Amino acid sequence: MPAATNTKRNLVTAALVAPAAAWLMIFLVLPFIAMLVFAFGERAPEGGYQAAFTFAQFANLPTRAAAFWNTLVLAPIGALACLLIAYPVAYYLAVKANPRYRLILVSLVVVPFWTSLLVRTYAWMYILGSRGIPNLLSVIGIEDVRMLNTPGAVLLGIVYGYLPLMIMPIYVSLEKLDRRLLEASADLGAKPVSTFFGVTLPLSLPGVMTGVALVTILLLGEYLIPQLLGGGKVFFIGNALVDLFLQSRNWPFGSAIAVTLVAVVVVILMVAMRIAFRVAGTRQVDLV
Amino acid sequence: MRAFISSVYLFLYAPIALVVLFSFNAGRNASEFTGFSTAWYGKALGNTFLVSALQNSLLIAFTSATLAAIFGTMAALGMERLAPRNRAIFDALFAAAIVVPGVVIGIATLVALVAVFSFINPALATIWPGDQPPQLGLGYGSIIAAHGLFSMALVTMIVKARIASLGRDIVEASSDLYATPLTTFRLIVLPQILPSILAGFLLAFTFSFDDFIIAFFVAGSKTTLPIYVFASIRRGVTPEINAIATLVLVASLLLILTARILMREKKTKSGE
Repeated sequence: MPAATNTKRNLVTAALVAPAAAWLMIFLVLPFIAMLVFAFGERAPEGGYQAAFTFAQFANLPTRAAAFWNTLVLAPIGALACLLIAYPVAYYLAVKANPRYRLILVSLVVVPFWTSLLVRTYAWMYILGSRGIPNLLSVIGIEDVRMLNTPGAVLLGIVYGYLPLMIMPIYVSLEKLDRRLLEASADLGAKPVSTFFGVTLPLSLPGVMTGVALVTILLLGEYLIPQLLGGGKVFFIGNALVDLFLQSRNWPFGSAIAVTLVAVVVVILMVAMRIAFRVAGTRQVDLV
Repeated sequence: MRAFISSVYLFLYAPIALVVLFSFNAGRNASEFTGFSTAWYGKALGNTFLVSALQNSLLIAFTSATLAAIFGTMAALGMERLAPRNRAIFDALFAAAIVVPGVVIGIATLVALVAVFSFINPALATIWPGDQPPQLGLGYGSIIAAHGLFSMALVTMIVKARIASLGRDIVEASSDLYATPLTTFRLIVLPQILPSILAGFLLAFTFSFDDFIIAFFVAGSKTTLPIYVFASIRRGVTPEINAIATLVLVASLLLILTARILMREKKTKSGE
């Protein structure tokens, strides 16, 4: 290939990726650097940021231990609860469901994920609130049941909000599963139960890992569900961050918490990817 | 098994259905349906704060989704021509844009923009010839930028998957028949990736329209529809919110279903 054509080709490539590259630099990489710089700074007297280099913000993290504790306990429990419900659903959709209705059934799972989480969480606020189920219970004589603003309500909201995101990657990995392997297992005399635990489950582990990692990571940054269903009593790191940035305006401390959160996310991703790689090749997540 | 699956679907849809049902409730009480009425819709649409929040949301969603569709498609086309190492960097950054929780994206964007503005605004004031130098601040631009980040990653992911499934042979056939690369793109490649670009646009629009947490941090004094709804919920649950919630649900439902139909067409065409 002549040099001129090569240069032209490179120019076209550069022009194609330039806008996205600039966007990623200015609105992803630069903000992360800024956040890191802020995390080592001090709070200005009037709020906001003042240049400094101190580890004080990180040393201060234990004052928000409750938020970390709630998040790091309820996010994995929530992800696990999602998994326990999601796996049978994904299995049914991929293996058992009538192919004629499969598309509709899968769509019905995906659609809620793309509708407003705010509205879906609000629906539970409505149901669990004093004029919802507790009101119905009082009609049959069970008085003073409090459902809203409890860890249970937050957990319910989590499962409701993130179930679709858990079902999808598991469904994708089960759908790609080679049926002949199941037949071979049955031909070799394996009972359905041992086929499931010996063949189906191990082969769907990449999907399971993807789902668990995605849901856990997004839950670590959750704000709306604990805010609306936990009512300030069950609060997450996300709630602490909103408070620090928008109310008490302690930006350096907030940045330090956000940086810590990102570090936790990275560790989870690395562990999940390592497990997924070990079990099988990576598979793309079908978000849509 | 059947019973379990049915109850999961019931679990997914019953709460939404309840909100829709009670948006047509004549009375105020949340636990009993006292008659059919569309009064709450009238009240909601007559609310000027709500209508202006809706206009803001539509403007932001349309702009960020359009930018994402254009730049994301360009990136998807360009990335396959990159050296593997550079491509891996892009892949990692796009993955980060999707996976990092919205609350962190919101904070990082807020912190960076405020820092940049604190440099630019005084500088602008000194070089500005007139008396009233423009002040850069948070608003439409910062929300569009932050939404555009996630949306661009989304569009790139979807279009890239489509390009990967494209037959190389017809592109080669086209150039063998002396079509210029641009003609090949216009006549061969573009028609095939167009459904996935449109699907990406619609999903990006849906994401931006529904996002609360990122906008909450970078909106400045602007109010988007989710921010307005959130503020109203905190003031107290009213049937008017049910009506607004129903409208939001219907809008995202239409968008996501159209996107799925477009993506489905792509899958059947590629012979899956």
